[in-house]
Amino acid sequence: MDTQLSAAQVWTWLNDVPDPEIPVISVVDLGIVRGVQVTGDSACTVTITPTYSGCPAMQVIADAVTSALKERGVQQVELLTQLSPAWTTDWMSESGKAKLKGYGIAPPAQQVIDISALRAGGLAAGVKRHAIAAPKVACPHCGSGHTELTSQFGSTPCKALYKCLDCREPFDYFKCH
Amino acid sequence: MDAKVNYLLRQGDNALILSQRLSELCGKGPALEEDMALTNVALDLLGQTRMWYTYAGELEGQGRDEDRIAYHRDAHDFKNCLLVEQNNGNYADTMVRQFFFDTWHYFLIGALTKCSDQRIAEIAEKSLKEVTYHLRRSGDLVVRMGDGTEISHAKTQAAVNELWPYTGEFFNYDDVDRAMVDAGIAPAADELRAQWLAHVSDILAEATLTMPSPDAWMQKGGKQGRHTEHLGYLLAEMQFLQRAYPGAQW
Repeated sequence: MDTQLSAAQVWTWLNDVPDPEIPVISVVDLGIVRGVQVTGDSACTVTITPTYSGCPAMQVIADAVTSALKERGVQQVELLTQLSPAWTTDWMSESGKAKLKGYGIAPPAQQVIDISALRAGGLAAGVKRHAIAAPKVACPHCGSGHTELTSQFGSTPCKALYKCLDCREPFDYFKCH
Repeated sequence: MDAKVNYLLRQGDNALILSQRLSELCGKGPALEEDMALTNVALDLLGQTRMWYTYAGELEGQGRDEDRIAYHRDAHDFKNCLLVEQNNGNYADTMVRQFFFDTWHYFLIGALTKCSDQRIAEIAEKSLKEVTYHLRRSGDLVVRMGDGTEISHAKTQAAVNELWPYTGEFFNYDDVDRAMVDAGIAPAADELRAQWLAHVSDILAEATLTMPSPDAWMQKGGKQGRHTEHLGYLLAEMQFLQRAYPGAQW
């Protein structure tokens, strides 16, 4: 390498590492990369955090991060996995959300999961559980807010299935987490 | 065995055995959406299992990793509650089992996020949002099935009655649990039980189902390794490969 390795340079490179399931966004956009530390002339430590504890893509992501940096000449790459603070969709970048939408996946619609209705006695009188369970999500195709939850889980743990009642298209929704 | 290692294995065993039960329904769910949901819940629980087992193996210090703990132990070494090893039965049985478990899991994991052991608190923090989503879903389904047709109501009530005696074990603390309470890790049994009963009673009422007596006779033994016959069959399938080809990797 010609110049001294910098953390900013590593972040830029990681910005080009795509998520294996949703290749339009990078692992940085998703908020999976939590920290970069340069530990030597050509050595760095990258801290990543899992999205869901059972997400099968995590190993692929770890391998992709390591090989992306090695390909750019970094000789030593150490990966640390950090559980806390737990990953949240609040960490997804605004550009990441825009890219998701352009790809046909509705981005997270609210901040973090609302659990108030779950707690014993937390349900107001006369309110039915299923009426509050699903957040309102805008259709990524036509923008209509007239949509309906089809399934609480989709093709991966991070998504749910919706359909648009106006343009009639089904779509994936990246759940709040 | 060290009490904390034992406690960690209990958490991992509960998550793994229920995950394996749910995985049996992969490709056989009653509807595509349910099939995906069951396997996604199974996946979350499997991820949690790995975190519990890895920590247990590290603390134990005998070189056992997550795979060795999962695949190289026999039924009497498993410390899961009897509820999670019960067969899937019909869909009401599957979802009532899930709802009883999720409610306990939600309040337990919530308490563990504030416990004195930092690593346990981190695993709990990581799991809490997943567990919350599971509980929201299973509670919703119990309401739909209970407050559904005459047949779905009858089947759900039968599942509640059948599985009820397996719910006491969550709160039946032994020396291991008590040591964890003293260490500032596990929540007190009566507190956890009161939260569990309050939420279960809310949901069953909304589902127009009758809650059996909290003082009914309860099964026990799973945490100490005394299991129902169902666990052996489950392990026989789950551990087949490592038993036929010990140490196989790919």
